[in-house]
Amino acid sequence: MSADTPATSADDSEVEPETDAAELQALRKRVDELEQSLADLDDGDGPKKMTIVATQGSFDMAYPPLILASTAAAFGWDVVVFHTFWGLDILHEEKSENLKLSAVGNPNMPVPNALAAFPGMDRMATRMMEKKIDENGTATIEELIDLSLEQGVDLQACQMTVELMDYDEDDFYDGVTTGVGAATALQHMAESDIQLLV
Amino acid sequence: MSSEYDITDTLDVKGQSCPMPIVKTKQAIDDLTAGDVLEVVATDSGSISDIQGWADGTDGVELLEQVEDGDRYTHYVKKAA
Repeated sequence: MSADTPATSADDSEVEPETDAAELQALRKRVDELEQSLADLDDGDGPKKMTIVATQGSFDMAYPPLILASTAAAFGWDVVVFHTFWGLDILHEEKSENLKLSAVGNPNMPVPNALAAFPGMDRMATRMMEKKIDENGTATIEELIDLSLEQGVDLQACQMTVELMDYDEDDFYDGVTTGVGAATALQHMAESDIQLLV
Repeated sequence: MSSEYDITDTLDVKGQSCPMPIVKTKQAIDDLTAGDVLEVVATDSGSISDIQGWADGTDGVELLEQVEDGDRYTHYVKKAA
C-alpha cells in the first residue's frame, strides 16, 4: 500500500479520498464547535448552587447538612442552609453544644426501645457517639459551623420558628442570617441546582 | 513513589475524616499561587475518591497523582493558572 492512500478508502473505490478527507474535517470542526457550546452551557451560569433545608436538631441529624454544606463550599458552590424548627438548634450557640442522639425509636441502637426510654439513655447514647466521633477524627458540630461560615456558606435561621421557639437573634453564632422566611428559602431553592430537605 | 514534583507546601490531615481533608485542601490551595503544588497527606481511605471528585468538579485545580501506601494516602494537587 502506498503511503499517500488513506487506509479507509482501500476497500471502497467508489468514494474519492479528497471528499472523504474534506467531510471528515468538516465533521471534526462541527464536533469541536458542539463540544465548545456544551462547555459554554455548563459554566454559563457561574458556580453551582445548593440549598439545604435543615429541620432536625438531633445530634446525628445535624451532621449531614453541615458536612454537605462545607464540602460544597470547598467546590466553590454557593450554598444556603435554611434552618427551621429543631434545625435552629444547630445554629444556637448554647444548644448546639448539647444536641442529643435519641435512643428511642432508633432500631440501630444496641438497647431495646423499652430500655432506651429510661431517663439518661439519650445522654448515654450521645456520649457513646461523641466518643466514636472523636476517635474517628470526625469534626465537631461547632467546627463544621465555623468552617461553613468561614467559607461563605449562608446559614439562615427561619424567622417564624425563631419566634415560635422563643429564641433571640443573639442566641445564634455570629454570621448566621436571621429575618428570613419561607419565601426566601423558596427563592434560593428555585435558583439552585441541588435542593435537599434534611 | 513520588515526589518528582516541586512541592510548595504540605498539608497534614492525618487522623481527620470527611469532610476535613477536602475542606482543608481547598483552604490550603486558596493560599497558594498558580503553578504551586500542594502535597496532602491523609489517612482517610475515602480521600482517594473524594479528592478526585473535588479536583474534577473544581475550577483551577489539577490532581497530579495519588499515592497509596498502606493506610497513608498522599495526594498531589496543583493550583492551575
